[in-house]
Amino acid sequence: MMLKELAEAFGPSGNEKEVRAVLRGAVEGHVEQMWVDSLGSLHAVKKGTSSSGMRVLLTAHMDEVGLMVIGHDEKGGLRVRTIGGIDERVLAGKAVWVGSERIPGVIGLKPIHLLEKKERSEVTPLRQLVIDIGAEGKEEARRLAPVGTTAVFATPFRELGTAVMGKAFDDRAGCAVLAELLRGEPFRHTLHAVFTVQEEVGLRGARVAAYAAEPECAFVLEGTIADDLPREKEGSPTSELGKGPVITVMDRSFTAHRGLLRLIVAAAEEAGIPYQFKQPGIGGTDAGAIHAARSGVPSAAVAVPCRYIHGPACLLQWSDLEHTAQLMRETLTRLTRRALRRD
Amino acid sequence: MKKTIERLTQAFGPSGFEERIRALIRDEIAGLADEVRVTPLGSLVATRRGSGSGKRLMLAAHMDEIGVMVTYVDEKGFLRFTGIGGLFPGYCLGARVVFENGTVGVIDVEGKFDRRSKMPGLEDLYIDVGARSRADCPVRVGDAGGFVGPFVDRGQHLIAKTMDDRIGCAVLIEVMRRLQETPHEVHVVFSSQEETTLSGAQTAAFEIDPDIGIAVDVTGTGDRPESRPVAVELGKGPAVKVQDAWMVAHPRVRELLVAAAEAAGVPYQMEVMEMGTTDAATVQTVRAGVPSGCLSIPCRYIHSPNELVDVGDVEGAVRVLLELLRREV
Repeated sequence: MMLKELAEAFGPSGNEKEVRAVLRGAVEGHVEQMWVDSLGSLHAVKKGTSSSGMRVLLTAHMDEVGLMVIGHDEKGGLRVRTIGGIDERVLAGKAVWVGSERIPGVIGLKPIHLLEKKERSEVTPLRQLVIDIGAEGKEEARRLAPVGTTAVFATPFRELGTAVMGKAFDDRAGCAVLAELLRGEPFRHTLHAVFTVQEEVGLRGARVAAYAAEPECAFVLEGTIADDLPREKEGSPTSELGKGPVITVMDRSFTAHRGLLRLIVAAAEEAGIPYQFKQPGIGGTDAGAIHAARSGVPSAAVAVPCRYIHGPACLLQWSDLEHTAQLMRETLTRLTRRALRRD
Repeated sequence: MKKTIERLTQAFGPSGFEERIRALIRDEIAGLADEVRVTPLGSLVATRRGSGSGKRLMLAAHMDEIGVMVTYVDEKGFLRFTGIGGLFPGYCLGARVVFENGTVGVIDVEGKFDRRSKMPGLEDLYIDVGARSRADCPVRVGDAGGFVGPFVDRGQHLIAKTMDDRIGCAVLIEVMRRLQETPHEVHVVFSSQEETTLSGAQTAAFEIDPDIGIAVDVTGTGDRPESRPVAVELGKGPAVKVQDAWMVAHPRVRELLVAAAEAAGVPYQMEVMEMGTTDAATVQTVRAGVPSGCLSIPCRYIHSPNELVDVGDVEGAVRVLLELLRREV
């Protein structure tokens, strides 16, 4: 799967052009129709083999969290704000790419030698940080990175045995799975795939895409929180690495359709694919907007577990990515209108 | 009507898990509508065609209830959980919950917690279903449960779990039972998923495309010891919503409800709710917009296992809606 190219592409919310180009190239020739909608989401329709098949919406979001330049200081530093949710604790000292031309920069940090004792136990708030791109003064900074320029973490993709590390696995992992599905054999149902924009800032791309697609049901593909790290007390991880695709029952944005949920679980068990439930009540996905489109869309969300999402470097297991694609194939093969019925 | 209220409040149906309450309501309204259907998100829509000279009206009461969802089963078989909708830790302490398979559990707080001085968070609580181990536990992660709260008839007062909003469902069922002639095409929606996302009524409204939307739901009262100053009291009649945290009721819809109450001789109150909202909030912004309002049943202890309503307020709401449906709007 083409995760490397996708993860390294520059694509903070609202600037998804590079990701879109990578995906367009990946699915070209494997789908019958392709277009970009008014907000920038890439739609790709893969016709089903059956005339009585359904129109199934499959989405993955292209955008990633990032930073936006909001001003310049006298010494040439770029003042920034976050795009989407970033923990301020992870910012100081990190390398970033500024603009799609990837001007290298670093989020300035006072060296440890100069820290007051009190400062060592505090987080420097974002409003006190600047990106340093080596500009000599305000004018040069303004010319190289005017207000509105966006930046992302500068993290190259790396393979670590059975795992991989890189930025933006939320949701380039989902994009990779969806591209893989489109590149394969057609299903009975018509797949209306949408690589959405602006998920991280409020599910905006998915809202209009679902309205346009008018599907009978929807699957949202995600890269989700894996927090299977050592902890003080026995408790429930949101999801764990290596334990297979993560299925949402309920999160803060929607409750999964029970028929679809049963179908996904049955597909996993029959095909012998490992799976896990996402700890209910945490996070939200494009399904929050999609399920409420028009007269309502029965929806489900399936995700690849990823550690350290919304940070500079995420980590996932190849096996989880492959199992997610496999589970989606098995699910789409078994999908019938009966699964959507409500008495 | 009390029998219906008892049956409705005792049915299982946390948001997104409305199969049983939907089946029960379907049963209650059998023969009362020209058409009954279920929307893709699980709302039940019952349509009365009317004589054709009026408007298309949508009346909505939500059939889902708040609840718990299991997030973790520990080695000893104790459950950790999150809320489905607005679940308050204070109302959970000592409460019983029941799962779809009939398993009953008791909620308590971790032993290290100081019960006398602090209010726990949901993360400090657990459910004990009497399991001896994780393997032995009859419920799994992702299973939904609802409060156990028996129905008590105290003559003028009724107490039970899930008056929010089975009392609204009971009002609409009663309206369907008593409704004779109406000029309007009336769509009665028993909506799903109100407590979580308000999406059940929203998507039903898209399908119905009504001229006017009215939610029938509960509202809190300001008549309890040291309660927030809210000008709604139990027993003073149904309340016509002016606004809540998410919506301002359309002034014409508000006036329609007031006019209907006055014509029917039903005492009523005006409601300004500072917290929470109803289905009307999302119905209002569907398509090009739907003039919407809400008729509320005053209710004490909302989102607890013991929600308390006044029979006179409930009967008043039925009469206001029947009067509204008889009139030109």
